[in-house]
This record gives sequence, structure tokens and C-alpha cells, in this order.
Amino acid sequence: MAQNNYAHPEVLVDTKWADQHKEDSSIRIVEVDVDTKAYEDGHIPGAVGWNWQTQLSDNVRRDLVPKTDLEKLLGDSGIDNNTTILLYGDNNNWFAAWAFWQLKIYGHRDVRLIDGGRKKWLAEGRELSIDVTNVPKKTYRASAPDFSIRAYLQDVMKTVGDGKSIALVDVRSVDEYTGKILSPPGLPETCQRGGHVPAAVSVPWGKNVNDDGTFKTVDELKSLYEPLGIKPEKEVVAYCRIGERSSLTWFVFKYLLGYSNVKNYDGSWTEWGNLVNVPISRGERE
Amino acid sequence: MSTLTPQDYRERTESVPPFKIHIVSYRLGEKFYCTVDNVDPGANVSRTEAPTREEAESKAITKAKERLQYSASKIQEI
Repeated sequence: MAQNNYAHPEVLVDTKWADQHKEDSSIRIVEVDVDTKAYEDGHIPGAVGWNWQTQLSDNVRRDLVPKTDLEKLLGDSGIDNNTTILLYGDNNNWFAAWAFWQLKIYGHRDVRLIDGGRKKWLAEGRELSIDVTNVPKKTYRASAPDFSIRAYLQDVMKTVGDGKSIALVDVRSVDEYTGKILSPPGLPETCQRGGHVPAAVSVPWGKNVNDDGTFKTVDELKSLYEPLGIKPEKEVVAYCRIGERSSLTWFVFKYLLGYSNVKNYDGSWTEWGNLVNVPISRGERE
Repeated sequence: MSTLTPQDYRERTESVPPFKIHIVSYRLGEKFYCTVDNVDPGANVSRTEAPTREEAESKAITKAKERLQYSASKIQEI
């Protein structure tokens, strides 16, 4: 990964490296998919599967997984505080990145993404297992949550009338950004109205990756963001519909480009698009 | 642990106006698997398995078209 000049190359491994190290006792591979049944159809041998809907969310509060639940999930997955966690998943690692973001909130030291995710693994014809992975349980102690990498509604609200203090990046498709559609085609609508937060610029998540699902180089990523004024010295907030696509863009800013102050607004358009008496914009940005 | 190697991986893009779909299929053991995503933004819309590629793709595309039809009916004028 060093040839890409990433700021933190240690958080990304390629499929070959993951294949070579999948049986290392210090490593646990975890698959997190948008499609929660994909794991059962075949996964990296030795990988455990996490369900983002039931295991990485608090569906009552609409919040992140609670600390004690995460500790149990990690312990049951054979992970302790010293384990290296390799995350991968479908849709170019959307929810793998979301899991990565939550693990960083709870202070896990060594977590990495498999570059290209499930798509690249399949395309390369690497081995899969359909057996459920049984692992010995371990004890995990999570840190108190670090919410410095999470943006809340009140943070985004600050951009209304002042679009310059925070660089707000809408990573949904252009049609979602303009308000032409309310959700990705074929997926449920989760908002009452279409459009975007007025200060947001549109940079769809897919611009971060190549056709094979791997991340673009630093130079390519810089040329994507810097001409839009999204520079390392700024506070950057990424959002999408429910916070998973924006986790991937958050990862790009934080670990590949090395931005120091970047947050994921997981409330995203599902929150903003349903609020009463807040402004939105429609169409392309003026 | 028994392992299988995915084979005959194929992907292509088709138009389902006004959207595009991306179709991926491969064989794993005795089954063919197919996933369809909506290209932009790339979210999975359907996933199927069947004894042949043709059947897996046909079922997945049919299911995807049903879901996209609803989205097409909700497009807003900007």
C-alpha cells in the first residue's frame, strides 16, 4: 500500500495479504455486508459475520451499538483488545467502513480494511467457506466512546447561514443530492423530502474508488477534494442517507489523506430530511 | 473447514430506464449466485442463487426491475 502514499497505510491491507494471513492467531477477519445474508453464501475462511442491523446498531434509540453490546460482540467473535481486526464487506466496504468507524469510537487500536472488499476477493477467485466460523470466546473491554469523530445535528446546523466554517460533503449520488430521488434506486425511502443540506458539496462516495473496488491514490483523491475547498486544515463533515457511505468517505479523509479534524454525520439525510423548519437546497449547487 | 473457489466471475452493466444496473454472477460449488446493484450509488438491489447462471441472473434481474419500478415512479422534477 506504500506506493499510494496514504497518510496511514497501516489501516489498509490488500486481498493477497489478507489471504496470506487469514489463519494468523492474532488476526480476526470480520465480514460486514449491506446485504445481511451475503455472509452465508460464502465468506473468507475463518471470517465471522456481523449483522449491521442487529449487532452494530441500537434500533430503539437509533444510535450506535452500546458499549456493553459491542464488548460482547467482540468477545464472542474471538476478539480481545490486542487482536488485529480485518474488516471487509459488499458494496465496496460500505458497512465494513461503518464498523471501522464505530470500532475507532470505542478505541480499538488495530483495525484495518481489506482494500476492494468482498467484490475484489470474489473477482480474484479466492477461496470461500460456507461453514459458520466457530471461535473461542475472549474478553473485550471497550474504551469510553470518543465522539470527536462523530458529527451531530447541532454540528451540521452550524453550517446554516455559514457555509465556510465546516466543509460539508454529501457523498450520496447526484440524484439524491439534487432531490430527484429520495433514496438509492430500489431501496426504501427514509425521508419526507429530497435535497441536501444547503452548505454541502456533492462528492459521491464512488469517486473514492477504482473499478475493482480499491481506493484511489492520494494524488487522485486530492484532486477530487482540494479544488472544492475541502482541504486538510478545515473541519470536514461527511454525510449520506444513514451514515454508512459517509463512513467510507470519512475513512478516506482521516486515514488515506490524513485530515486531522473529520467527522461522520451518521444522522445524515434520514435525520435532516425529516426535520421540521430547517432549510434544504434542491438541484445543483449554485 | 471445507472451502470452495468462486469460478466464472462475470460482471456487466445494463440499462433499466431510467436507471442502470450492474450484474455480477459467479459459480460456487454447484450453485450460481447473482447480485444486482443500482450502479449509482452502487447499492445492492437483489441477490439470488440457482443451478444455472441464466436462471440466477434472470431471477435477480426480475426482482431488481420490480424494485426499480417503484423508485422510477417516485422521481421528482427538479
